[in-house]
Amino acid sequence: MFFLLPLSCQRGSRKPRERLASGAELPATMEGLLLIAAQVMSVWFTLAFTLIVLPSVFGLSLGISEFYMRILVKTLEWATIRIQKGVKKKQAMALKNSASSGIIQRDETTMEKEIAGLRRVDFELSDVFYFSKKGIEAIVEDEVTQRFSSEELVSWNLLTRTNVNFQYISLRLTVVWVLGVVVRYCLLLPLRAALAAIGIVSMIVGTTLVGKLPNSRFKDWLSELVHLTCSRILVRALSGTITYHNKENRPQKGGICVANHTSPIDVLILTNDGCYAMVGQAHGGLMGLIQRSTVKACPHVWFDRSEMKDRHLVLKRLKEHVADQNKLPILIFPEGTCINNTSVMMFKKGSFEIGGTIYPVAIKYDPQFGDAFWNSSKYDIVSYLLRIMTSWAIVCNVWYMPPMIREEGEDAVQFANRVKSAIAHRGGLTELPWDGGLKRAKVKDTFKEEQQKNYSKMIVGNGPTGNLSMGAESD
Amino acid sequence: MGSRASTLLRDEEIEEIKKETGFSHSQITRLYSRFTSLDKGENGTLREDQVNFRGFMRTLAHFRPIEDNEKSKDQNGPEPLNSRSNKLHFAFRLYDLDKDDKISRDELLQVLRMMVGVNISDEQLGSIADRTIQEADQDGDSAISFTEFVKVLEKVDVEQKMSIRFLH
Repeated sequence: MFFLLPLSCQRGSRKPRERLASGAELPATMEGLLLIAAQVMSVWFTLAFTLIVLPSVFGLSLGISEFYMRILVKTLEWATIRIQKGVKKKQAMALKNSASSGIIQRDETTMEKEIAGLRRVDFELSDVFYFSKKGIEAIVEDEVTQRFSSEELVSWNLLTRTNVNFQYISLRLTVVWVLGVVVRYCLLLPLRAALAAIGIVSMIVGTTLVGKLPNSRFKDWLSELVHLTCSRILVRALSGTITYHNKENRPQKGGICVANHTSPIDVLILTNDGCYAMVGQAHGGLMGLIQRSTVKACPHVWFDRSEMKDRHLVLKRLKEHVADQNKLPILIFPEGTCINNTSVMMFKKGSFEIGGTIYPVAIKYDPQFGDAFWNSSKYDIVSYLLRIMTSWAIVCNVWYMPPMIREEGEDAVQFANRVKSAIAHRGGLTELPWDGGLKRAKVKDTFKEEQQKNYSKMIVGNGPTGNLSMGAESD
Repeated sequence: MGSRASTLLRDEEIEEIKKETGFSHSQITRLYSRFTSLDKGENGTLREDQVNFRGFMRTLAHFRPIEDNEKSKDQNGPEPLNSRSNKLHFAFRLYDLDKDDKISRDELLQVLRMMVGVNISDEQLGSIADRTIQEADQDGDSAISFTEFVKVLEKVDVEQKMSIRFLH
């Protein structure tokens, strides 16, 4: 069907002539331009097809991406050296400090030590110092909100968007930067957009066609082929360079694959190397179209908005899917939201109540070539995709880890934490017990109440609230 | 290709803040990025209380540690915001909710209630407040003035309790 594309472009160019005959006011040169445009498009698409789409079907690589990456790495190394030479020593130290360490050095003394200390239990006017200091520390810098914005780079990577702390260095660097802008926006962006379009269209058309076949082993094999091919095309549309480690631990059928979540691209990164059954909410628009056509070919699990609210229903459907050993492993992101790839936040226990074998996967992006994190409160999906397509490349490491199952006497929360630790350790990410939902929601009052309870114990001594020996005085 | 975080913050403003608060240039720019990331409404102020960046920096300046070289210089200029006296004044204002330069029993009760939540009864809290005022009050007006407040805290190491180490 891709051969039809160049032909259809030429067929379409005949329409303006017919319109001319019916008395419209298109000048003749317009028609000539359209013809030329159609020719260019057909050459473009044929090139794209042979160089990229066809190898994707067979999972081969022509080495173009590797060549591009080598040039890119050399250029960025040169840029780093020039920046280091250009910036004065003192400024360089400041730069390094600001990027890596925080704004303040936190004082880790606990409430007990600071307030109670060596005195008898009682209230003192100086207690307010502890609370105001802790409050100001949290306002200036906390370990959670910084995870919802992109990581700061140690060395500039010639992208305008990451130019936060770096000033003008030299003419040569500026020239390279301008060249980079031209290459990225005029050369790479159209290529990538074209590839993405091909990828999405072929995904929809391919899976719809496969869906028409009766259920059989052949259908499953074909569906896997279509999914893999389209994923590969889409990954190349982002200039993705992915290194998979420990492929022997790849998720098996009837299992559950869990991974840390940084962006919607995570799905592509994983489906580039294997087939999964997706789990998610049914959307409208283009996304909904993709969902509806793919589910015909392969049993993905899409929930309506109303079904999502019913936790038991969701759990039941997933349990049924996992119980069928012939079904593809489900792919779940237990954090529930995108985190900036420097840490792993609380894993929601729902995914770990389904049962079955968990295959943890750690994904770590290299921010030097392009920032994959989707800051959904700052960018909508279209601007995000535009940013991704105008970055240098998406480089990441994927580690498949040995399967884990829930042990005796371990509840879902403990199991979730165990898997989370394993992933954080493997990917070199820090571990946080906080809920990723804090991106949008406020902290639960229970945290504040716990602190209040602690403090109350300190000023009236251990015992139940209200009726104490001290209270008897007032009566 | 300048530093993007400070494009919205002019150099003269940074100099003014530097003089007023004593923070360094890099500290001010970093705190400005933090301020803008907290300012979700992007109207230059934080929350309903409408704290702008200058106010934000002024508050933070109280928490700077007292440095030795600052103690000796500039005796005829205004007192730096992080002096012991100003730190105590900041703490006093935390209690003095109606800003009448006195901490009344009611105000003390309100602040105590915020700190203990629902874990202590009204009577007990009342007796704690009474005792505190009794111990501090010297002029018999059943309220704590700033001088009385300072006297109560004269043995407390305010510098250590109310200082945050800001990194460069």
